[in-house]
Amino acid sequence: MKKTYKIEVDCANCANKMESAAARVSGVETVTVNFMTQKMIVSFRENEDPAAVMKEVVKACKKVESDCEIYL
Amino acid sequence: MTRKQRKTLIRILLSALLLGGLLLIPEDSLGRVPMFLLYLVPYGIIGYDILKKAFRGILNRQVFDENFLMAVATLGALAIGLLKTGDFVEAVAVMWFYQIGELFQSYAVGKSRKNISALMDIRPDTARLLTADGPEETDPEQVPVGSIILVNPGEKVPIDGIVEEGESSLNTSALTGESIPRDVKPGDEIISGCVNMSGVLRIRTTKEFGESTVSKILELVENASSLKSRSENFISRFARYYTPAVVIGALALAVLPPAVRGLFLGVAPEWGEWIYRALTFLVISCPCALVISIPLSFFAGIGGAGKAGILVKGSVWLEKLAQAGTVVFDKTGTLTQGRFEVTAVHHSPLTDEELLEYAALAESSSSHPIAVSIRNACSRKPDLSRVSRVEEISGNGVCVMVDGKQVACGNARLMEHLGISFTDCHETGTIVHMAIDGAYAGHIVISDREKPESREAIAELKATGIRRTVMLTGDRDAVARQVADRLGLDQVYSDLLPEDKVSLLEELLKSRNPKEVLVFVGDGINDAPVLTRADLGIAMGAMGSDAAIEAADIVLMDDNPLKIPKAIRIARKCMRIVRQNIVFALAVKAVCLILGALGIANMWIAVFADVGVMILAVLNAIRALFIRRL
Repeated sequence: MKKTYKIEVDCANCANKMESAAARVSGVETVTVNFMTQKMIVSFRENEDPAAVMKEVVKACKKVESDCEIYL
Repeated sequence: MTRKQRKTLIRILLSALLLGGLLLIPEDSLGRVPMFLLYLVPYGIIGYDILKKAFRGILNRQVFDENFLMAVATLGALAIGLLKTGDFVEAVAVMWFYQIGELFQSYAVGKSRKNISALMDIRPDTARLLTADGPEETDPEQVPVGSIILVNPGEKVPIDGIVEEGESSLNTSALTGESIPRDVKPGDEIISGCVNMSGVLRIRTTKEFGESTVSKILELVENASSLKSRSENFISRFARYYTPAVVIGALALAVLPPAVRGLFLGVAPEWGEWIYRALTFLVISCPCALVISIPLSFFAGIGGAGKAGILVKGSVWLEKLAQAGTVVFDKTGTLTQGRFEVTAVHHSPLTDEELLEYAALAESSSSHPIAVSIRNACSRKPDLSRVSRVEEISGNGVCVMVDGKQVACGNARLMEHLGISFTDCHETGTIVHMAIDGAYAGHIVISDREKPESREAIAELKATGIRRTVMLTGDRDAVARQVADRLGLDQVYSDLLPEDKVSLLEELLKSRNPKEVLVFVGDGINDAPVLTRADLGIAMGAMGSDAAIEAADIVLMDDNPLKIPKAIRIARKCMRIVRQNIVFALAVKAVCLILGALGIANMWIAVFADVGVMILAVLNAIRALFIRRL
């Protein structure tokens, strides 16, 4: 399943950092952070609850880039 | 400006005022400790978030980032001031300049981001569905296929369809980067995402919103794969080792020389001086200019290309495109228009127009592509009442009576069958011979026209340094060679079946220089496997095929081959900027690091070097956005 979230991030490198952090979260199949459109597109692994996975994603992203915002 | 930026600006102004005020206090009028406490106020205002981030970084085991460097350097400078020199201005000023740099960077990036996303803003919000009670605004997703929608001037076409009523010009620049408007009339196909400029259009939708061009493109833009270029990976790897390395270097600089001086040389160790040099070293070494400007350059390059109707699916493709050495083209639909047209009329005693009219009348009942192209070439609509006794000679042509004259229209075999001597044609293409009342009346040449820009595109490719241009086609050898000669291609492979193209491409891949990238350009009609197999696949005319959009790495929104050299030039410019930034930033840093270690550069120079290099690198990176003159 694929979901798109609005995000707020200041720099292209921070977006890259978020992307690699989110990709390491288990339950995330693939993730793309689009700096231009300020969006995060997450495709979840099967049988995963997106809400629970996204909680982890937010945590992981905040770790690498405390300024970022993900609007769930 | 965003709220965050405004807040930073206020903090910058406020701390500058406070700092200015503090500088007015005469030295020695207060003790060192009260001065320290006073300076802590502007320092706190300007730097609290950096300190917080550095602290959080330590907690999250992401220690070595620019926040950490800045925090350590400024706190260290404050400590030296408190213990030895009594100078606190430097610490506050370093933080201040750093924040100015950050603000500038975030503002510049935000601005260019908005510029790009505004141009790519093709998402229609509503559709005017025509119902029994008149037009009604609805969500485009709710509109079923086959409904009638209204599009007023100034509105975006929300869904692909066919014009039922109304004439207008369309602005397609958001989709194709092409500024010349396209005229549409009833019966024309219309793609979503264009802006209606002049008249009201009634459109019968042929697709659902989710399947429409505009949705496909948005999906592509938003979902651009996260494949990172080598340069970006280099920078993130570089930063991973670089920052710890400079921290260790700074530590060594702070500890070793004074220890050696004190223990072995028997001179004053000068701990304060060496710690200060180490802190300067830290400020200089901040890798912001690199980590910020490199991804930004790619982002700007991709954005700039998007403005020109060239969609790049990831920075790695931009990097690869810049190294293109061989470009392989599919012929039909890429270099040629993929539409059959009458290109010549030969050896006819009648005027071209008359002959075409006879041909059109003879072929008036056929739906064969050749018949259609003949009818399209004839300016008058065939009057069917003039035609009688249609006799089709399967696979060879047709014999009819037109105005009481016996007209035969078909290939060479038909002429032989009728026993009429004919003149063969030296041109390539499909030849339709005509005979009227048993006498030869010349022939019509029908061929797939080359795109008017193809020749120039090949020439431009060569001018940009592409060494080999190759054309693949399923056409007959003679046709293929003629086209290749006219366009100036280096090599041509003809008589290929779709599956041959893949194996041929494999061979080309083996024979090319491994440092160079092989680019394949196709229109996506049965060449999706080749697009995937090539080092870099470019699909033309994104309106064409969904499979091509999936398979390709770069998608050209329109089908103008001139966009290929343009894309290469954009990619090269972007890579040039990336290299400039890497070399420039590293060179300035290296010089400053040495000067700092030798004690020549103080912290002021350090922060100017850091912020200055960053601002220049960011400005340089944004240059990748400007592609108009490429």
